[in-house]
Amino acid sequence: MTTVAVKPATTKPATMAQALNRAMRDAMAEDPTVHVMGEDVGALGGVFRITDGLAKEFGEDRCTDTPLAEAGILGAAVGMAMYGLRPVVEMQFDAFAYPAFEQLISHVAKMRNRTRGAMPLPITIRVPYGGGIGGVEHHCDSSEAYYVATPGLTVVTPATVEDAYGLLRASIASDDPVIFLEPKRLYWSKSDWSPEAPAAVPGIGEALVRRTGTSATLITYGPSLPVCMEAAEAAREEGWDLEVVDLRSLVPFDEETVVASVRRTGRAVVVHESGGFGGPGAEIAARITERCFHHLEAPVLRVTGFDIPYPPPMLEKYHLPGVDRILDTVARLQWEN
Amino acid sequence: MTVQELPGAGASHRSTPPPAWRPRTDAAPLLPDPEPYRVLGTPAADRLDPELMRRCYAELVRGRRYNAQATALTRQGRLAVYPSTVGQEACEIAAAMVLEEQDWLFPSYRDTLAAVARGLDPVQALTLLRGDWHTGYDPREHRIAPLSTPLATQLPHAVGLAHAARLRGDDVVALAMVGDGGTSEGDFHEAMNFAAVWQAPVVFLVQNNGFAISVPLAKQTAAPTLAHKAVGYGMPGRLVDGNDIAAMHEVLSEAVRRARSGGGPTMIEAVTYRIEAHTNADDATRYRGDAEVEAWKAHDPIDLLERELTARGLLDEAGIKAAKDAAEAMAAALRDGMNAEPVIDPMDLFENVYAQQTGRLREQAAMLRAELDAAEQEEGDGS
Ligand SMILES: Cc1ncc(C[n+]2csc(CCOP(=O)(O)OP(=O)(O)O)c2C)c(N)n1
Repeated sequence: MTTVAVKPATTKPATMAQALNRAMRDAMAEDPTVHVMGEDVGALGGVFRITDGLAKEFGEDRCTDTPLAEAGILGAAVGMAMYGLRPVVEMQFDAFAYPAFEQLISHVAKMRNRTRGAMPLPITIRVPYGGGIGGVEHHCDSSEAYYVATPGLTVVTPATVEDAYGLLRASIASDDPVIFLEPKRLYWSKSDWSPEAPAAVPGIGEALVRRTGTSATLITYGPSLPVCMEAAEAAREEGWDLEVVDLRSLVPFDEETVVASVRRTGRAVVVHESGGFGGPGAEIAARITERCFHHLEAPVLRVTGFDIPYPPPMLEKYHLPGVDRILDTVARLQWEN
Repeated sequence: MTVQELPGAGASHRSTPPPAWRPRTDAAPLLPDPEPYRVLGTPAADRLDPELMRRCYAELVRGRRYNAQATALTRQGRLAVYPSTVGQEACEIAAAMVLEEQDWLFPSYRDTLAAVARGLDPVQALTLLRGDWHTGYDPREHRIAPLSTPLATQLPHAVGLAHAARLRGDDVVALAMVGDGGTSEGDFHEAMNFAAVWQAPVVFLVQNNGFAISVPLAKQTAAPTLAHKAVGYGMPGRLVDGNDIAAMHEVLSEAVRRARSGGGPTMIEAVTYRIEAHTNADDATRYRGDAEVEAWKAHDPIDLLERELTARGLLDEAGIKAAKDAAEAMAAALRDGMNAEPVIDPMDLFENVYAQQTGRLREQAAMLRAELDAAEQEEGDGS
């Protein structure tokens, strides 16, 4: 049985890329202190075209092609934020943000704390991340573990078109530095979404139950959300009714939504692309164990990328958690003691 | 490098003022002069402003006293560590003096004296080194960025701030300080390049004090001088005697003026010397000899100015005594301030990590609160 949703006349399919673009455009139009900067963000509109048209509309002073230097870009953004601007920085690819880590960790993440709140830094750092696009090496890292391990950084990642807009607006409005992880393989995912009347979404720090279920909870975020949704559909045939929680925000971590879900279902699997050892899933599994021990019918399991450097494009399909691997893991939740 | 080996030392000094800044399209003036620019002890000193120089003198004497007091405080355990600027006072003070109220200073961890010379309360300037908090002042209130411990990382901040100010149409110059070792860092390069490309109103002041902890300049760079590095970025590089406060003031003022009027950034290499060890934890005898230190002591920034002013009849015994008395008063106030136990609240640990405390931090704060309460209870029971 299929149900056809009735859509308002204004909505038409929009991509995540368009929603991100619109979020920056709206933020820039509303607030003259918002500045976009990075490599190729101007005339080209970014290598993924996420900043398309911003330089034309707001001028090169508001959407600036910088020299090719990640530490310089982020370091300059620190100074700009010190002077009252709200820089939105584009790091071209996940693995090319690493030269900026000194600025990120020593200054961006700590400035509020070092100055006892006198100097917060409202910087949004957009990082296209993750694999599944057939990119060659250094273009597909899932770098979230580095960010979530750094106190002072807020770390969010949208998985839907609606969230791409809503979370980016919230990130730019945040007085704290935000790492905005863009799942690059979802850039062209579509949704019936209206830029004229963008749906309100929950803010930073709130997870969402994307699908309710009773037999186990899949906890995931970003690029793995559609995979988990597909796995949940497929699991119905096996008699599993899976709940899917989309974290949306890794820091702050919405423990309450996760805990409530796992207490309902009694079983949990954490799914993400980045490596398992020391990955976000390890932390989430530990928290679930601490808070839900008596509700658990089975150990918390994880489905993650392997603990390897990101593989070449022709091998990435073996590395990325897919529906089958998730289903096999869910099957292991039938714990025999 | 000793004073004797220093290009131009002792012998004939420059007799002409430095060339006027020319547009950046003209490549030649980007090149630094072959010798550090000097004023004191040369005919150029004829045009010194007596009032300004007397102020410089008082500031130098105060700065030297500040260094001595801070070093003494490390011996008493009041400061965890103090990187001294004895011998480098002319650089520190000139940097602060050439800035207007609305301008910004971006100091490195060594530059507390520059912050104090800019008017920051010495106790506030020393919280980082005392250890009660990282930055003991509001950077916006004083227009002094937090003292930066990671080398050269404050330089791109200065560029970004100056750029932002210009975008907003504000008349603001940023002056960023870095050591000779710091010029090897990637952030130095990126900041210089950004500043030149953006024509940001920034002045980079490199204090070449001979060493990065123990590593001499020769192992840090193969460039003829650090000032030469500016050329590659398309900005003027100036080489100046960092112990000559008149020369420092002139060259820095000129760079600030140029930045203010839209002429873009300048990089200045001040050739100076770190008379004391890197910090009180360092043993300088492992990497340099006394003769070298003594030679540089003979080129002391206070003596240079004192000789010039005395010879010209601009400074007498009374003037010298007045400067010393003012310095003593500052030192006494600093001692008093540092001898008062800092008020620390362990619960501050969880403040200002984020605008809104996360659930995780609330939990951890509650844990520490409980530990503190239990400890207090125990103390109460014990007494
Ligand atoms: C990025 C970084 N690397 C290493 C250090 C440790 N360190 C502190 S001071 C110093 C030497 C700095 O020398 P220089 O830049 O010449 O400045 P000076 O101490 O002479 O003022 C080093 C290596 C540091 N603070 N930051």
